[in-house]
Amino acid sequence: MKRNHIYDQDQDMDIFGIPHQALLSQLLLGLVNGSFYAMLSLGLAIIFGLLNVINFSHGALYMTGAFAAYIGVTSFGLNYWTMLLLAPLAVGLFGILIERSMLRWLYRFDHLYGLLLTFGITLLLEGVFRSFFGVSGQTLDVPEQLQGATDLGFMILPNYRAWVVAASLTVCLGTWFVIEKTRLGAYLRAGTENPKLVEAFGVNVPLMVTLTYGFGVALAGFAGVLAAPVINVTPLMGSNLIIVVFAVVVIGGMGSILGSILTGLALGVIEGLTRVFYPEGSEVVVFVVMVIVLLLRPAGLFGKEK
Amino acid sequence: MNKKTAYVLALLLFLAAPFVAYPVFLMKLLCFALFACAFNLLIGFTGLLSFGHAAFFGSAGYVTGYLLATSGLPTEFGIVLGVVAASLLGLVIGALAIRRQGIYFSMITLALAQMVYFAALRAPFTHGEDGLQGVPRGRLFGVLDLSSDLSMYYVVLAITTSGFALVMRIVHSPFGEVLKAIKDNEPRAVSLGYEVDRYKLLAFVLSAGLAGLAGSTKTVVLGFETLTDVHWTMSGLVILMTLVGGMGTMAGPILGAFIVVALENKLGDVGAWLAEQSGVAWFSALGESVGMVTGLIFIVCVLLFRRGIVGEIALRLKR
Repeated sequence: MKRNHIYDQDQDMDIFGIPHQALLSQLLLGLVNGSFYAMLSLGLAIIFGLLNVINFSHGALYMTGAFAAYIGVTSFGLNYWTMLLLAPLAVGLFGILIERSMLRWLYRFDHLYGLLLTFGITLLLEGVFRSFFGVSGQTLDVPEQLQGATDLGFMILPNYRAWVVAASLTVCLGTWFVIEKTRLGAYLRAGTENPKLVEAFGVNVPLMVTLTYGFGVALAGFAGVLAAPVINVTPLMGSNLIIVVFAVVVIGGMGSILGSILTGLALGVIEGLTRVFYPEGSEVVVFVVMVIVLLLRPAGLFGKEK
Repeated sequence: MNKKTAYVLALLLFLAAPFVAYPVFLMKLLCFALFACAFNLLIGFTGLLSFGHAAFFGSAGYVTGYLLATSGLPTEFGIVLGVVAASLLGLVIGALAIRRQGIYFSMITLALAQMVYFAALRAPFTHGEDGLQGVPRGRLFGVLDLSSDLSMYYVVLAITTSGFALVMRIVHSPFGEVLKAIKDNEPRAVSLGYEVDRYKLLAFVLSAGLAGLAGSTKTVVLGFETLTDVHWTMSGLVILMTLVGGMGTMAGPILGAFIVVALENKLGDVGAWLAEQSGVAWFSALGESVGMVTGLIFIVCVLLFRRGIVGEIALRLKR
């Protein structure tokens, strides 16, 4: 069972052997992985802030997003761009269904039941996709507008990877802006601090909770669509990723939106660098960083204990 | 019927069981029962949800398997060293994980256990994807030949029973009372002057060691050890066993382990039967989608039976 990394597939052969270009391309790969970590840990942080639930199924919903894109493109003849919109929407709606039908009955119990429920949902979703698609991977083509690569002079930049980083950064920063700078975000932040008081001011907190969960998992779905053309789409792609994202969340702490984004990106880059200098360590480097952070700063880099 | 009679009856049942059922299957049940009891010591009596118990179960299995297969040590030494390895690993993982509370604790144990998984995948002595094969059962104390399933069964029964008795002793000791206090109200326990972290760590190490005992025994019984035992799905499975049976009850995890293991083994038959009865061919693939069914049971248990089977029964009896 291998972790799904975004492997070099479309490199020009002539850049091999030139160390600094290999380094740059690994850095870019790290940045691509890092943007997935950022988007997923951002969603986890938003959901945890308001719901006090660690959403284990985040990885499975990321996988669902990728499969939704795959199914949309191969079975319904829709193009990548439509699916980039539709798949997160579908995942978000599915999330709303999960919250309304199951999660909300657990808020008054210990937090760990939320984790266990979403763990069960993860197994169920993985099982369902496995029964239809098996464990071998599916691939999705890179959309034609983003095929090929741009020569920047100092490195060859594959267009699709640049797009993944740009798109996820835009989405992450947009989310940060909405939460920190708008009225809606102010409600959300207030709800995170003290939901009862916010409700007393006439804000429909249960609705806000539902929509927050829906939005958080839609982010995961969006990440899934972005990832679909660069990795093997398999039913297990999500759970392998979510464990790393959990480590990212422990490292960053879930107190700060910008903190989650930065931690995610930084760890992606660290992982990329490790792959250049010590490839054997690349699959555990995030966990090693987690151990170091736990020893030096147990609350996490941006953390406040909740 | 009081509890003591029930335990004696259960023990008699286990003593007679290998004459009616397939001993290897029974031994597997017993090993998982011990694993779930070890896990329950943490979740049920200390309130710590470890999402990484497969690391102890599996690494003990690897250590025991490797030693028995290569060094020709007596079986009991192999098992003891497996338990030591799991306890040491528990000391390291526990010390790191208790630096954070609540849900973070679970995430840290999961992440560290994933590290152990990668170590098991890459280390040369584990044989990666193939796993360790051909672990001999050997002789216990150099006398008792374990290659016969029946003698092996009674050894496993003795190990599981002593493990269970140890958990029971721990839970009902003054130490266990402090653990329950920590579970109920940690700040209060701190304010009463208990060094909470030391208690948590000791509970974690004990739980890891017992999980290791279960893993080592299982390797000896089956004669092989694979990556399945260190994978996170195994950590999830032991949570499910404890949840189904009843967290914080003594007998619950044993019952839960029986149900989950039996379900895993028999699901293919159930699927075939359903396919035959309903004519829906999809059911016949049920045996390969154990994960789907486990997930469904997880969801149902969390939503409707949080106390588990034994917990619900105990509640009914009390009323």
